[in-house]
Amino acid sequence: MTTAIPTRERAAAAPAGRRRPLRPARVVLHLFLGTVAVGWLFPILWAALTSLRSYEYTASHGYVSLGGWTFDNYVTAWRTAEFGKHFLNSVYITVPAVLLTLFLASCVAFVIARFGWKVNIALLGLFTAANLLPQQALLIPLFRMFTEIPLPAWMSDSELLYDSYWGLILVNVAFQCGFCVFVLSNYMKALPHELYEAAMVDGASVWRQYWQVTMPLCRPALAALATLEVTWIYNEFFWATVLMRTGDKFPVTSSLNNLRGEFFTDNNLVSAGSVLVAIPTLVIFFLLQKQFVRGLTLGASKG
Amino acid sequence: MSDLPLIQADRAVPPPAPTTVTGGRGRRLRLLSRTDRVVITLMVLVPLLLVVGLVWLPAAATVLLSGTNWDGIGPLGEIDWVGLKNYDDVVNIYPPFVPAVQHNLLWLAALFVVATPFGMFLAVLLDKELRGSRFYQTALYLPVVLSLALIGFIWQLIYSRDQGLLNALLGANTDWYGDPHVNIWAVLFAAGWRHVGYIMLLYLAGLKGVDPSLREAAAVDGSSETSTFFRVVFPVMRPINIIVLVVTVIESLRAFDLVWVVNKGRNGLELLSALVTQNVVGEASRIGFGSALATIMLVVSLAFITLYLFTVMREDRR
Repeated sequence: MTTAIPTRERAAAAPAGRRRPLRPARVVLHLFLGTVAVGWLFPILWAALTSLRSYEYTASHGYVSLGGWTFDNYVTAWRTAEFGKHFLNSVYITVPAVLLTLFLASCVAFVIARFGWKVNIALLGLFTAANLLPQQALLIPLFRMFTEIPLPAWMSDSELLYDSYWGLILVNVAFQCGFCVFVLSNYMKALPHELYEAAMVDGASVWRQYWQVTMPLCRPALAALATLEVTWIYNEFFWATVLMRTGDKFPVTSSLNNLRGEFFTDNNLVSAGSVLVAIPTLVIFFLLQKQFVRGLTLGASKG
Repeated sequence: MSDLPLIQADRAVPPPAPTTVTGGRGRRLRLLSRTDRVVITLMVLVPLLLVVGLVWLPAAATVLLSGTNWDGIGPLGEIDWVGLKNYDDVVNIYPPFVPAVQHNLLWLAALFVVATPFGMFLAVLLDKELRGSRFYQTALYLPVVLSLALIGFIWQLIYSRDQGLLNALLGANTDWYGDPHVNIWAVLFAAGWRHVGYIMLLYLAGLKGVDPSLREAAAVDGSSETSTFFRVVFPVMRPINIIVLVVTVIESLRAFDLVWVVNKGRNGLELLSALVTQNVVGEASRIGFGSALATIMLVVSLAFITLYLFTVMREDRR
């Protein structure tokens, strides 16, 4: 329906440069995009709005009303769901997992990009494909494996890989490595090969070529990937749900259910909790939007 | 000790063209010192062991287990091979299987027919020189940074029967998440909301990479913008189109978080991923059975992953 409007405008405008009488088409385009954008933001804004109103007020006046402003939902949500603890759990899992993912992935990517061996293509395929498999397809053997592998008590009070941060970190690293190897190896292949020849003349070992030549040049890609991976691992829900048992150890994304009462759910409380859980990703998004977008699009094209 | 002279010798004298592949390869490897070779091996081996051990071996084990009657408790020695019996049972005597397949296909169809084209359409509109484009883009992909589990909670505020906005506006009394006739659509709407932004982002990046002279040439030839898009831009975007297709398929196969936070994938929200999980962490752990379901997911996803790999690797060689 709306396709016809911008179409005519561009086609007519193209040969004659910018012409004035075509304004109405632009207005319609802006109206359409503006409506869609506001519609897209609405569910998030609605959650923020609901979270700032008291349950008593909305229960008697309905949700389509104004008033009953309060900050209490946040206080209650923070206490009942013990968000402080769960945020900390998310940090314990996300920070090491992201650092380890970037380190291991950059190692593999470096070897793939630096050397022209035939196996490198297979290696790249093996890593990239691993990132795309549905997690549930690996659940059964992995679950069993995790309940069989012992850990010393100082590492995990479950004394198993199951129900420990270590296990969760490893699974996340194994899964996310593929995407980072793919992006980083593309990025490294674009670096001029003369760099390495110069480094070799200077007698630099392979490790120094990796750490002192390649890695500093990959900072933009690493920053973009770090932003993306923090968001993804923080948002990870499935592995934490199935590979953790102790409620206290759940990261924040999988502890959201604590806000749901057994028999009754207070939606104002749920919305306050949702906003709290969303805040870290939203902050990352607004501060590092460029990195985030670049990370995602680096994976799809080589932009 | 002996590595330095070797390298310098190679640098000083231009090496003769290698006669065979193996000859060239051997020379290359000899350029590396022993330490270098150890370092390279470790750099590849450590990540490789992790990915093989935690992804590929479990995937292979899933396929093997799907042919057995293991109950998940007894020792591995007691496993009996039962052939395709699990698959037979899944299809014939497991009531949630058919709805799960239908829902996965519905998920795919909804994303493929509505959300993906809409995201592409928005990307095409946003590709123009447009004031406020940044605002529109940000609004559209904001949901992409939220987890699907969180999205389930955010939409609960709209779908809830007694406290939801939708019923307040419609004056209805529908339990959008609970009623098995409508809940899959409610969940799909929320999933589509996120998917549109994701596709818009991928496609917009692809569009920015299209050589502008192609469009100019088409415009000079008097081609309308619609036909320029379909005849010129769309065909040269083939790799991105395939990536978008694969992303859509994989996303609909992987869909899990949203239905799990709503009701653990029961009562109208059955999905293959949820059934596999129920069979492992639920009350009844039926390993062979769950593995058969997981293998079906694995086979479908591998077909599309292969397509994806061929596309991106061919791009690579260009």
